[in-house]
Order: sequence, then structure tokens, then C-alpha cells
Amino acid sequence: MPVNLPGLVEHLREIAGRDAVLDRPEDLMLYEYDAGIRKSTPGAVVFPQNTEQVSQIMRLATALNVAVVARGAGTGLSGGSIPQAGGLVIAFSRMNRILEVDVENQRATVRPGVVNLQLSEHVSHLGLYFAPDPSSQKACTIGGNVAENSGGPHTLMHGVTVNHVTGVEVVMPSGEIVHFGGKAAESYGYDLTGFMVGSEGTVGIVTAITVKLLRKPEKIATLLGVFESVDDAALTVSAITAAGITPAALEMLDGWTLRTVEAFCHAGYPLDAGAVLLIELEGLREAVEEQAIAVREVCLSQKAREVRRAKDDDERALLWKGRKMAFAALGRVTPSYYTQDGVVPRSQIPAVMRHIGNVAKKYDLTIGNIFHAGDGNLHPLILFDMRNAEQFERVLSASSEILEFCIQCGGSITGEHGVGLEKRDLMSRLFTEEDLDVMISLRNAFNGRDILNPQKIFPTPRMCREITGPSQNPVLMQEGL
Amino acid sequence: MAEKPVSNFSSGEKPTWDLYSKCVHCGLCLDQCPTYRALGTEMDSPRGRIYQMVLVDQGRLALADSFVTHIDRCLGCLNCQTACPSGVPYGSLLERARSQIEENYPRSWLQRKVRSHFYGTVLPSFGKLARHAKLVRFYQRSGLQGLARGSGLLKLLGVAELDALSPRIESDFSFADLGRVYPAEGAQRGRVALLIGCISSVAFAELNRATIRVLTRNGIEVHVPQSQSCCGALHLHAGYIEQSRTLARHNIDAMLKPEFDAIVTNAAGCGSTMKEYAALLEHDPQYAKRAQEFVVKVRDISEYLAQVGLVEPAHKLKARVTYQDPCHLAHAQGIRSAPRQLLKFIGAEVVESPRADSCCGSAGVYNVTQNEISMKILDEKMGYIASVEPEIVATANVGCMLQYAAGIKRKGMNARVVHVVELLDEAY
Repeated sequence: MPVNLPGLVEHLREIAGRDAVLDRPEDLMLYEYDAGIRKSTPGAVVFPQNTEQVSQIMRLATALNVAVVARGAGTGLSGGSIPQAGGLVIAFSRMNRILEVDVENQRATVRPGVVNLQLSEHVSHLGLYFAPDPSSQKACTIGGNVAENSGGPHTLMHGVTVNHVTGVEVVMPSGEIVHFGGKAAESYGYDLTGFMVGSEGTVGIVTAITVKLLRKPEKIATLLGVFESVDDAALTVSAITAAGITPAALEMLDGWTLRTVEAFCHAGYPLDAGAVLLIELEGLREAVEEQAIAVREVCLSQKAREVRRAKDDDERALLWKGRKMAFAALGRVTPSYYTQDGVVPRSQIPAVMRHIGNVAKKYDLTIGNIFHAGDGNLHPLILFDMRNAEQFERVLSASSEILEFCIQCGGSITGEHGVGLEKRDLMSRLFTEEDLDVMISLRNAFNGRDILNPQKIFPTPRMCREITGPSQNPVLMQEGL
Repeated sequence: MAEKPVSNFSSGEKPTWDLYSKCVHCGLCLDQCPTYRALGTEMDSPRGRIYQMVLVDQGRLALADSFVTHIDRCLGCLNCQTACPSGVPYGSLLERARSQIEENYPRSWLQRKVRSHFYGTVLPSFGKLARHAKLVRFYQRSGLQGLARGSGLLKLLGVAELDALSPRIESDFSFADLGRVYPAEGAQRGRVALLIGCISSVAFAELNRATIRVLTRNGIEVHVPQSQSCCGALHLHAGYIEQSRTLARHNIDAMLKPEFDAIVTNAAGCGSTMKEYAALLEHDPQYAKRAQEFVVKVRDISEYLAQVGLVEPAHKLKARVTYQDPCHLAHAQGIRSAPRQLLKFIGAEVVESPRADSCCGSAGVYNVTQNEISMKILDEKMGYIASVEPEIVATANVGCMLQYAAGIKRKGMNARVVHVVELLDEAY
């Protein structure tokens, strides 16, 4: 859908440069997707190179009442960077410099387009790294991590993105440039830095981020617990934490998934296992060695068939490659998959796993399971073929039933992928009308005209505005694909 | 769902559902793609290019200027294929997209003439190639080249590609070696057929001679089969799939002999294409089986030497060397450790630079047809290389060598660029 606002594109070109704006349909179609399943085509894409340009763009968008969404690498799974049809995408791929590395204070300040892993690589020689490690870390941007409050396997020990951001520079819808937080670990007054993280681009556009850099641990041990059944592995998760051990990461892959992944990464996952737990311990050498022994004992007492330990960095990297590439590796066996992101209390993992198995049978679907077991953050991957609309309906129903169960267990509908487009209608299952009204008031205080990433997070339709965006039917939205 | 859309691809070889539906658009390829890193636009990313193929196949996007621009901009480096967890056969998709472009997209009259003359007439025939090379040599040495390049005439005429494909022509061509046999020195440990290559033969004849010396000194008898031809890589990458098949059949006839232990090449691009012969000829009842046998024997020179093991070198190399993986060795053939092993064996101090396996931007004729992007890619790469302060930049593909030489000049560095084989030649 073209932008029929005269002058928008011309103004954007004046602000950001002639080659920094896309407005031809054949280019715009490339900004209708992310890594999830929703699609909607923008009216223009702009590539700012500095904060001042972003400020001018926001001033223009507000004046013309154009919906705006920020986009990093488009690796999100909840539709967070999917534009409103005909809206404006601010793409941060050219605003990707690491501005400062402050070794003494263990901080880095980066532009939002910096790729997550690049920051860790950049400071590796200093013995430092950036802890949040989403599976897409080779491509996803830190701006996107901030918007979605991304997690990753190692956030079990170190916490998700919000625990690692100490300051942000934000452009408000009015174009005003504001700064929240800084390098200090604690903020004073309202914690607006924390508020920005996970706000999914609905309250401001982040243009610079100050993050913590952690010191690399002295020792890392990576263990692979092999189990005959998902149940045994699931029970082991609680047993490990009950034994007073907090692993840096505690991941589970079910048998079906690990067999699929093994075909790609040849990590040596045992092909006949019912499930595996990937357990990483880090810290001081002596402590890690003690914990490794304890973890092995717990696994074996919970009917683990065997417990392997990575001999060296190469073996360790290979085990992680299998885990981190797992989602996308499913492309080998299915044209599409729908990833869910439910959370349950750790103790409910065995129950929810059984429920997922039943749902798969009920709807005649294949569901793989990879998840951050330590956090109780599930990622059921429901396979489908987008050419089969009837099957896709079943996928959506199955997905809802799984998330319903998570809510019943006292859990939540998202652990790290964000609410975005896909889970907004479930928000009313987690929150009361009054809760949601407070949240929307808060959003409106920053973004009163709702031009920033409209239609995300909150169930629709709600009080303040008519929905004019894309059709809500994902099958129609991805017509033909 | 809507009615089945009408594809904008013609029948015949095209990107198909079976190939492109492996892409789950996760985006893990993005940061590995040199053009995405340089331009930051989704259209110039692997995921975006695949999506454009999908759009054309679905009839949503025309097989026209925009599509051609972004497919032309792809280096074909396959860095994305290494990054892809889904196993998307990107190289194959790209070849098919380019074949569709050649079939259906009207390039300018002159471009078509030049391309068909070059790919159809010159490259397949060593005789014609030699005659052209002599003309080009005259053009280069007489000062005409500087004049033509400087004036922008080449780009205007759309013959910039041809100009780019003419690195400095040597005075002796490798064609004189055709039909020759070079005996092993010392105890014979193997017998190989050597592909001398089309462009290599006229521009890197000395490298071919060094290859022969290194092999023979390591106890390998080297045959240069008489009737070999260009391997077809350039054709395949430019979308001339049928012509590359013809050349493949030709080389199978010329070099698939039971007496050869291996068919060896010193060009990563040639090796990767020769390893594709089986896929290329899978539906050819006459050649399918022989193509498989051929592929089993193809070895990059470093792969072969690492496999048979080097004899003790005459001189140890004392230098700080950084090895830069050619894309068609690392990403297309998965050969990463062999060249490094060889360098270490002859005494080199091998220092790893960041992103050693990312593309240098050379990609055949890319550095002239897409000069601006190519130089952007090169400059990023040179930054990484400079960071490890090498005395020598070693690689294993002639196109990359030319590019790094240009990069060193641009960066004002003091290092020499060599093929791994040249260092081995110095050591033996």
C-alpha cells in the first residue's frame, strides 16, 4: 500500500539522504516480514544514520500522523517489527556503530543496529562479553533486544536484557531527544530505562544504549544429560535447582527435535534419546568442578541414561550450535513453523510437556520442543505448510490451548519473544481491564497519538482508537505464502 | 487462499518451492552477507533475495529491473549457506534465478553481444582464449587500458565485465603445457590430472607452473590432459547452465581416467564447480554416473596435499602469515584447515584475523561490475587483516589475490599477497 501522504517520502529523503529511503513497491515488499508468521507491507522505509535524523523523522511522522515501527534485523518471532500497512519503517541497519567501550566501568554504549554477537566479539580480547544471548544473536540487533527484552539460554543465571541495560537515549514521538539512566548500575527516580526495555517500540525510539559488559567466567563446564523420556528430563530440571545449584544455562530438547537438529550440526546428540538437558555451569574453577559432579549425580539419580561433559571449547561450541540453530534447522523438515513462547513455573514442566503431547495428538500436528527449562520458558514449535489453510487453523487452535494451559499453571504467554501482534489478544487472559487501562495510560503519556508501533501488545479493539491496519487474519495476511 | 498465482518465471530451470521453502526467514544469514553488511537493505540480503525469488514465482514481483539489480548484486560467495541452519541450497537457487534472468530479461544489445561472445565463444575454446588474451596483453601494455578505464568508456559500452576479466596477461600461457606429463621427483606417491583453468592459463600461468613444481617435488606425477577445457564455473555463476553442462561433459571425457588418483585444481572456484558436476548432470543418462565418479576425484590443491602429506621442505618459511579463506573453498567446499595446516608445516606463523572466511568482494568480475559495493566490502575486510599486522596475506584463489593486492594498496599496507601454493613453491 503506497503512502498517500504527499511529501512524506521527499521529506524523508531530505532528512536522511536520497539513498536512505525506500518507497517502490518492489522494495517495500521486502519489509513485510520478520522471522515470525505475520506479514504487512509498509508504505516507506527510512535508514537514519544518526539520532538527529531520527528526531526529525519522528517530528515529521507525528505531523503527518504516520504509524512508525523501528526495525533491527527482522529476526523477531512475535511480529514486533511488522509495520502497519502503509506505515513507516525506521530501519536501523545503518546505525550500527559501537560508540564507546568503557573497560573500567564495564560498560559499552552502542547504536541500536549493532548485532548482538558483534559486541561480544568486539570486547572479547578484553575478557568481557555481553550476556543476553538469544539464539538469533549472530544476526539480531541490540536495539531489537531492548525492544523485546530478549532472553537467551544464559539469562537463567544472568537475567534478561533489562538486567543489562543501564541507560538509553530515546527519541519521543514529538522528536524530543531524552536520556534515561547512564552508566551507573542503579537509577534514581522513576526507572524509565527499565520501562523502555521490553516496551516493544510503543513508547519511544531508542537510538543509543548503554549496556553492562560481564567478565568472562574463569571456568565453564558444559554437560549433556541424556534421558529416556521427556518426563525424566523435566523432573530433573527441578531436582537440579532443588539441590541448590543455579546453572548458567539449563536447556531441554525433546527427542524429535534433537534428531532433526543432529542432522544439521552433528553435535553428537544421541539419536535414540527421549530428551536431553544441556547444562552449563560457570564461575570459579573449584566451584564449577564441584557443581559439575553434583549435577551429574542429580541427573543419574533422576534416571539419566548417561551424562557427558564437553572436553574442550570445540565440543562445547558444537553442543551449543545444535541448541542455538535448532529453530531454524527445522526448515529442513518443514516449510514453516509457529514458535510459541509460553512460561510455566519450573515445577509444572512435566505437566505442560504432557499437555503439549496431547494437543499435538488432538490436532494431528507435529510439535517439537526446545526450551529454556531452567526458566520454565517453553518453545513448542508447531510445524505446518503455509499452503494448507485448514492445517494453519489447527496450528492456531493448538497454540492457544498450549498458552491457555500455561496461564492455568500460573505462568505467562511470553518469556522473551514479546507480545507483539501475535499474543496481544491473550493479554486480557493475564490482566484485568483495569490493569490494561493503566498500561495504556502509561503508553499514552509517551505516545498519546498512538503512532509508535500501533496495534501491538494490547488486545484490540480497545477504547481509544479505531483499528485501521491490516486484516487480523494471518491466513489472509500471508495470502499465497 | 487465493487462486494459484501465475509465476513470472518461465518453465525450465527456476527456483522452485522445494528449494526455497527450506528458508524459514529466520534472518541468521543477514550479518554473514557482505552486501547486507555494506548496504543494510533487506533486498540485498540472502533472505531477501530468496524472498524476491518467491515473489517472482508467485507473480507478485516482475522479473524486471529491480529483481535483476538485486540478484546481480549477489557475490555468490555462499557465506549465507554456511550460516544457514535450514540447509537452504542458496547456490542452486541463485544459479537458477540467474538462468531465468538470462532467458527472460532483455539486457542491452551490446551487453548481450559481449556476454554471449565471451561466455559462448571465447571461454570454451582455449585457442580463441589465447588469441583474445594476446590482444588484451597488447591493450594492457600499450597504455590503451588506462585510457579506456579512465574515460569510463568501458562502463558506457557495458563491456566493463570483459575488461575486469582481463587481469594482467602473462607472456607465456599454460596452454603450452597441455598434453604434457611431469614426472614425480623421488619416490612416486601419486598421479594426478591438473586443471590449468581458462583465465588462470593466460593470467596465472606462473601459478600453474608453481603448482606443478610443488606436486612433483612432493612425489606426485602430474598430467595436464590435452583436451581439457574451462570448468564452466563462470558460465554457471552467470546463468548459462546449459553451457556449463557442455563443458562439464567435456572435462569428464578429458580427465576421468582410472590412472589418475585425483583431479586437482588450484582455483577454489573451479574446484567447487567441478564438485557440482554430479548435481549438474544428474538427469543426463549418459553422464550422470561418470559425473559422480568425477566428483569423487576432484581435489583442491591444498586438500590434496594435506591428504597425501607434504615431504620435509627444503627451506622453512619464517614469516607472519594470515590466511584468508576463499569463499569457494570455505563455504562451497568446506575446506578450512588444509591450507592452514600446509602453511604451518612449512614454518609459517599463521595469525588468524577476524572474519577470515568472509568474502573479499572480488567474486569474479564483481569488483568491476559492482565496483562501489566491492570496494566497501574490501575496505571492511582489509581493516580486519591490518589488525593482525601480517607480512604475508595468503589465500587460495586467483580472484581473491587480485582483490587483496588492490586492498593493500588502498590501505597503504606493507604486505605481499600470495597463493598458498606459491609459498609452498618457495619452500620446496
